[in-house]
Amino acid sequence: MARHQVTVVVTGLGATTPLGGDIASTWSAMLAGRSGVRRLSHDWLADLPVKIAAEAAVDPAAVLGRVAARRMDRCEQFAVVAARQAWRDAGDLHVEPERLGVVFSSGVGGLISTLNTYDTLKEKGWQRVSPFSVPMLMPNGSAGLISLELRARAGAHAPASACSSGAEAIGYGMDMIRSGRADVVVAGGTEAPIHALHVASFAAMRALSIRNDEPQRASRPFDKGRDGFVLGEGAAAVVLESAGHAARRGAHVIATAAGAGYSADAHHIAQPEPDGFGAAMAMRHALADAGVAPEQVVHVNAHATSTPAGDVPEALAIKREIGDAVVSATKSMTGHLIGGAGALESVAAICALRDRVAPPTINVDDLDDEIAAAGVDIATELRPLPHSGPGPAAALNNSFGFGGHNVALVFTVV
Amino acid sequence: MAMTEKEILAGLGEIIDEIAGVPADEVTPSKNFVDDLDIDSLSMVEIAVAAQDKFGVEIPDDELKNLRTVQDVISYVQRSAVSA
Repeated sequence: MARHQVTVVVTGLGATTPLGGDIASTWSAMLAGRSGVRRLSHDWLADLPVKIAAEAAVDPAAVLGRVAARRMDRCEQFAVVAARQAWRDAGDLHVEPERLGVVFSSGVGGLISTLNTYDTLKEKGWQRVSPFSVPMLMPNGSAGLISLELRARAGAHAPASACSSGAEAIGYGMDMIRSGRADVVVAGGTEAPIHALHVASFAAMRALSIRNDEPQRASRPFDKGRDGFVLGEGAAAVVLESAGHAARRGAHVIATAAGAGYSADAHHIAQPEPDGFGAAMAMRHALADAGVAPEQVVHVNAHATSTPAGDVPEALAIKREIGDAVVSATKSMTGHLIGGAGALESVAAICALRDRVAPPTINVDDLDDEIAAAGVDIATELRPLPHSGPGPAAALNNSFGFGGHNVALVFTVV
Repeated sequence: MAMTEKEILAGLGEIIDEIAGVPADEVTPSKNFVDDLDIDSLSMVEIAVAAQDKFGVEIPDDELKNLRTVQDVISYVQRSAVSA
């Protein structure tokens, strides 16, 4: 704490995910070890090798209403739903517009809208292209829409780093408060990647699971039989607030957003670094930023996407940098929300810290040999998270993205 | 192609309900799109395109900016239909 004059706390959570339309339903499904992955029946899957994904449990367009929804890409719809929930969860929050910021990211933005717009252009001509096309396809659209809705005028940002975008958004939000630019920031990540183009493109990399006959068993981080990730859709959001601002209004503080750490692999555009050096560096930087010792970290929500290449280097890096924390990979249940993943898994880490319980990593039938040999403590069932000090208990979320981006966030109990 | 004022108003009400979520019965001739119906310039473009399709008239961009009220659109559609 000593490193920063301003302490940042989390005072609101929101999410709409394959497991539920809000935080409570999503978190209880995680604790119950439920999978949100399904076999899909869309016509466009016919010629693709992958037939499974984790679709959102609740249609965001139904939540927002027809008129609002038709002007937003699906990823923006998820973002607005999650941000509204987080804002409500933060209680009776009055903040000067000039002191309120938004940081909301996506990995690829409104790609489905881009494609639909191009279809309209080719089939009907430019005059039938929606005047809302640009706000729907721009990757900063979610940040702009939320800023508009909340009248947040301290800045609206959308850092993009593929699958670590959601975590990077939260880190950027912490920076806004620490640097004095804002008192309150709504931060999160979103993605709507269940579309032929996304499926085909990730499948072309051989990155997706093709365990089509066992959808709920397909996402299996750390298991020997893992064969790729499963696409998921949705968004998650947090309300970040300076500790002083939260105290003055008597806010319920859920956790401290204690530290953020970053690194880049500079190894390969998509493959993870085999020795996990970049991942380890991000974790180390996050702990240093938080002023937290590795022994304080009781829980890690791993990036672990269920790819053959990614899970082992991360697990070993966690063991080296942190030691004996209980590690969960909630992507085993939600699939991979791409730009939403870092936000959702940060929210899950915060809930785990709050309730002192780690959600299970499902489908670990046969733990990978290297992970077992290293003694990484993978939670395969619900696990309590005791902590006997010194210092407050901490949880860490890892998020890594194509491009070699590594982001680690550290949260502590208040 | 001669549509009555009442027919155009009803058609316009349907379009505005669909695009902007303003109930059709609030779309009356004297209403100003921006001040009364809270319709922004982007939605106006969508409404104009839908109106062109529905009423079979052309609404060039330099005409669009003159269409400030529901009555302006009704009159324009009637004029264009007559001259077409």
